[in-house]
Amino acid sequence: MSEATVLENVQTDEIDYRELDRIIEEEFNNDKENLIMMLQAIQKRYNYLPRPALEYLSLKIEIPTGRIYGVATFYSTFSLKPRGRNIISICLGTACHVRGGERVHERLEELLSIGDGETTEDKRFTLESVRCIGCCSLGPVVKINEGIHGRISSDQVEKILDHYE
Amino acid sequence: MKIQSVKDLEKVSQAYISNLYMPDKIKVNIGMASCGIAAGAKAAYDKILKEYPDKNGIHLCQTGCIGFCEEEPLVEILEAGKPRVMYKHITEDKIIDAVQGYIAGEFNKKWILGQMKDPRSLLEDDVDNPLAGVEPIEGVPVLEDIPFYNSQVKIAMRNCGYIDPDTIEEYFARKGYVAFIQALKEIKPAEVIDIIKESGLRGRGGGGFPTGTKWATCAKHHGDHYIICNADEGDPGAYMDRSILEGDPHSVLEGMLIAAIAIGSRQGFIYARNEYPLAVKRLVTAIKQAESYGLLGENIAGTDFSFNIKISTGAGAFVCGESTALMASLEGKVGRPRAKYVHTVEKGFRENPSNLNNVETYANVPAIVLKGAEWYGRMGTEHSKGTKVFSLVGKIKNTGLVEVPMGVSLRDIVFTVGGGIPKKKAFKAVQTGGPSGGCIPEQFLDLPVDFQRLSEVGSIMGSGGMIVMDQDTCMVDIARYFLDFLQEESCGQCNPCREGIKRMLEILTHICDGHGKEGDIELLQELGNMVAKASLCGLGTSAPNPVLTTIKYFRDEYESHINDKKCPAGVCKPLFHYEIDEEACTGCTLCAKKCPQDAITGEKKKPHKLEQDKCIKCGICYDSCKFDAIVVR
Ligand SMILES: Cc1cc2nc3c(=O)[nH]c(=O)nc-3n(C[C@H](O)[C@H](O)[C@H](O)COP(=O)(O)O)c2cc1C
Ligand code: SF4
Ligand code: FES
Repeated sequence: MSEATVLENVQTDEIDYRELDRIIEEEFNNDKENLIMMLQAIQKRYNYLPRPALEYLSLKIEIPTGRIYGVATFYSTFSLKPRGRNIISICLGTACHVRGGERVHERLEELLSIGDGETTEDKRFTLESVRCIGCCSLGPVVKINEGIHGRISSDQVEKILDHYE
Repeated sequence: MKIQSVKDLEKVSQAYISNLYMPDKIKVNIGMASCGIAAGAKAAYDKILKEYPDKNGIHLCQTGCIGFCEEEPLVEILEAGKPRVMYKHITEDKIIDAVQGYIAGEFNKKWILGQMKDPRSLLEDDVDNPLAGVEPIEGVPVLEDIPFYNSQVKIAMRNCGYIDPDTIEEYFARKGYVAFIQALKEIKPAEVIDIIKESGLRGRGGGGFPTGTKWATCAKHHGDHYIICNADEGDPGAYMDRSILEGDPHSVLEGMLIAAIAIGSRQGFIYARNEYPLAVKRLVTAIKQAESYGLLGENIAGTDFSFNIKISTGAGAFVCGESTALMASLEGKVGRPRAKYVHTVEKGFRENPSNLNNVETYANVPAIVLKGAEWYGRMGTEHSKGTKVFSLVGKIKNTGLVEVPMGVSLRDIVFTVGGGIPKKKAFKAVQTGGPSGGCIPEQFLDLPVDFQRLSEVGSIMGSGGMIVMDQDTCMVDIARYFLDFLQEESCGQCNPCREGIKRMLEILTHICDGHGKEGDIELLQELGNMVAKASLCGLGTSAPNPVLTTIKYFRDEYESHINDKKCPAGVCKPLFHYEIDEEACTGCTLCAKKCPQDAITGEKKKPHKLEQDKCIKCGICYDSCKFDAIVVR
């Protein structure tokens, strides 16, 4: 398939191919070894990995789309579905677990009516569990976007969520 | 300027030494590793910038984490000729008062953790203590004498919390890169390897393999040698690598450089965890600064030695901490371990000889080269030399990072350094070695901690995570927890690990749900032994450890789950309920107010009642009761 036919098949309005070129060529040198970091950059830009972007990437660095999907599904940071405006990462690492992280997790699921890895209907939140973000001394820890909230108890969860639109 | 010699390093350092130790205006050091920032250090930092916009005679500085995470944000204030004071829990609203108090010579003792006796690192014992002759503040403890610090010996963490990680010159000022220049100009590569061998340094990433031997084998094989740093730190509850990278990135770069000379490599890689953005940012800065001084790049210090370091980030896969998986991931592939018929020191990254060490291992190297193998070998036990950083987390008073000589007893670490268990609860176990480790019960508290002794009781050193558990921790739930983690993280290519862990998890989940039956314990043991024997990589072979050790030491808890359908710790929801102890209840109404289900009712100052069918066992009442009136039945 030529580059042109693939381009016709995707929703070009969503994807900025110039931006993709910049990531693939300038930032990561068109180098296959940088695939994981390219995917990270794409996810940073779109909040998830849009299929057309992966197909384009596949053509550019000459790795079959299937293998790119293999990598994207192997590593837990990557999401193939659009995510919410705010990403909640609840830590379920051991230190947080013994200090009641699970209860905070349950409270979050209850308040948002979603399960792990899901996004609320209004796209306000995506809930993801992670295993340790290295702030174990503050456990249980919840990270929302870039902000870390430590020593959380389940009754404080609601108030914290109010800060995020 | 390009550094050519140790003299050059000293020349550049000059201007920074006084700034580090004897600033002519007030200096405020704020601990700004991720943990400090999360505790409010950034807000405190910004508050100073706002209050003293022209900096008004204040020198404000960010440092890494000095290890006492429980007391963060930690702020240190110093000035030439005056005591050097470490303040604790200094948030935005306290910082200005703390600074003004220091200026006025009035110290709010409640806010002070201690005054420092000697800020020098172990590498600087040939220079005078800058605090010698300074009149101490009366009635304020000496920082180095408080139990949390007094048995610590900081080698790997020698600069964490003492210098600005974004200023390479401060690293120079504490003898940084001296070992590297010596290794480059005065010592033969084979001798460097001998020093590391003789020191007895063993890998700090988990396996404890002798570092010098690894270097020697790697150097022996032909090809393009690669020096790789494992900064994947996947073990949940361990965060010393993050702290070193955020607090002293140059110590790791210098360790890698020395390895590169010894092994003969031109290219290094740091494989960093995706969850550690600040560590990556500080590494990027550190690499740029080292390049600008000619310490990385081509023809370093006028020799024909060239070395570059590239940072690669992982993407959230625990198994990528394993050496062969890590190298596959570095190549941009799926991170599946391979069988090690051929070791990575012979054929690793890009099919070439590759030396992989952990962050803490590299951070130790410059100190060993500078002070000698004999000095290092004097610390520790027969087969485990030097110090180890442990992260003390979980149900422990002084959470934080502690670096102690190998051989210190678990009791000293947990009860003296760690301060014991909070809220007067009873100690139950300490889990070491992460998901591959085991749970060590009270009877082994006097065990000297080293590689050998930990494995004798069924656990491992691992990366140094120590998760302390108290009476409220259910050991069956902990075993289930680790298996849940591992079944998610198994790469899935071999049957015993993929299927075996899943089946074990099913059994444990049944037990925790109250459907355990006789024979389950034996079945778990049988499966566990099979998984351990037949799996390919370390993830699978060590996966049953948490289950097998909890069965060995806490069999009674398994039995009460299975036979009596009771969870004595009050964790497995179907197996317990909360009750109110009418004699202990003072009727303070706190629980009734906090219960999200309105399951607790009662009048003020009268014992309350709990309605079982409304209760969802969220535990909010249990955690908030000040009188131990909510009990697990
Ligand atoms: C499943 C698994 C996960 C591992 N995770 C890490 C890790 O996060 N960090 C690390 O340094 N070593 C980890 N290791 C150990 C490495 O394979 C390797 O032994 C180590 O990085 C070598 O460095 P060292 O000799 O300096 O310890 C892991 C091993 C296994 C089997
Ligand atoms: S033991 Fe488990 S993690 Fe290791 S290679 Fe086999 S399936 Fe993968
Ligand atoms: S276990 Fe939660 S931050 Fe480490």
